[in-house]
Amino acid sequence: MSGTETETAARQGWMGLLARAPAARLAALMAGRALPGFDWLRVPETGGVMLRGRTGGTGAPFNLGEMTVTRCTLRLASGETGHAHVMGRDRAHAERAALVDALMAGPRAAEIRAEVLEVLAAEEAARRHERAAKAAATKVEFFTMVRGE
Amino acid sequence: MYVAVKGGERAIEAAHDWLAEERRGDPAVPELTLEQIREQMTLAVNRVMAEGSLYDPDLAALAIKQARGDLIEAIFLLRAYRTTLPRLGVSIPVDTGAMRCDRRVSATFKDVPGGQVLGPTFDYTHRLLDFALAAEGEAPRARQAEPRQEPTPRVTEFLNKDGLIQDEVRTEDTPPDMTRQPMEYPAGRALRLQALTRGDEGFVLGMAYSTQRGYGRTHPFVGELRIGAVEVEMEIPELGFAICIGEVTLTECETVNQFSGSRTEPPQFTRGYGLVFGQTERKAISMALVDRSLRWQELGEENTGAPAQDEEFVLAHADNIQGTGFLEHIKLPHYVDFQSELELVRRMRADAMTAKDPAT
Repeated sequence: MSGTETETAARQGWMGLLARAPAARLAALMAGRALPGFDWLRVPETGGVMLRGRTGGTGAPFNLGEMTVTRCTLRLASGETGHAHVMGRDRAHAERAALVDALMAGPRAAEIRAEVLEVLAAEEAARRHERAAKAAATKVEFFTMVRGE
Repeated sequence: MYVAVKGGERAIEAAHDWLAEERRGDPAVPELTLEQIREQMTLAVNRVMAEGSLYDPDLAALAIKQARGDLIEAIFLLRAYRTTLPRLGVSIPVDTGAMRCDRRVSATFKDVPGGQVLGPTFDYTHRLLDFALAAEGEAPRARQAEPRQEPTPRVTEFLNKDGLIQDEVRTEDTPPDMTRQPMEYPAGRALRLQALTRGDEGFVLGMAYSTQRGYGRTHPFVGELRIGAVEVEMEIPELGFAICIGEVTLTECETVNQFSGSRTEPPQFTRGYGLVFGQTERKAISMALVDRSLRWQELGEENTGAPAQDEEFVLAHADNIQGTGFLEHIKLPHYVDFQSELELVRRMRADAMTAKDPAT
């Protein structure tokens, strides 16, 4: 993987994490943090994204239905741009996600990674683990009835 | 002669005021919050999102509250809202093979890799009213076990390895979108699946049930039913790459159906497919049965004239918002139409009387 590809993969990782994060949790992690001023390149806008599935899960695409998504793009006074596409209609969530994205391109990346992204990632992993553990508890253990005894 | 009149504004305003009061119910009872509806009426929220064709649990909860629990009215509200949204793009087709399954069962293979995972199901409950729920109690806690880390493989993959089941050939064709172009017949499978996934659960269930009772029989088994979370990814042109924009819960059903073969195909199993927003398994199974039934022509099967084989009949009547709009409009004033009918019947009666009794 080239340097650019690694950077892209890392950015895809945190952008997805921010989109999936509970809006209130992201807000709490950003609260009390000194945030830089910025200009909007695209103000937060809510719209619909058409989800697609595939026939049989693997075949030809078809339209499944839409979901609400809010997007925005901003530029920090120091020049870095941040972008967000997040599920739902919460403009503040999109703004915070774009701010984090922009801060990750600048000198505060280490602070944001440790105090916001890694916290969100750990919490998401814990949520997913708990759900998978509950599913595992409902897995059927078959046993064989021995005949003729 | 009938003279057109205006009026009713005051009556309409009073009716809407009363509607608001009745919606609230007894003020001594605490008002429902949207969070309560979203968290505790989840399957109603799921149905409204599926048939409203818009994934947004908060909006669906609001629609249910506003509609006083009338789910078709709530679906109507969500559909109306949906039309106001600019289309920001389309997702990459979701990978249901990577679903983090809450539930995954197969009725065809007992020892399927990944196992039979029941999840939070009503199956095997006794369907006896639980009066304990009438009282407030402690929040229940689910049991946990060592979780599966890897994705759960698809059941149809096992049959596919032996060529025993019809393959789903991957394409990247742009599917038609019934929210952008009027329906045209023959619709094709992609358009049928879009219409079925947002179709009325009761209607799609009725159609599916009719195939089980012999009207276009397809001998289905539930090869696999899975419910869980999938990530939604979209290409962002200004970034030049795809990102995950959120996560949705989906229900997927694949049926395995008998097929005796045709002039072009050897005997093999065929498939029906259902994929629906939320935890909505009755709908997803129904969708898969109706999908399979509508494929009779493609698979070279006989048209027995069964309703569930008639694509236009099924798709044109599956939508409960279209249906309710046309049905309920007949309760609105039709005074002029009816006046003309009345005059016509009077004239016909007078003519009939004269013919019967020419003496008068």
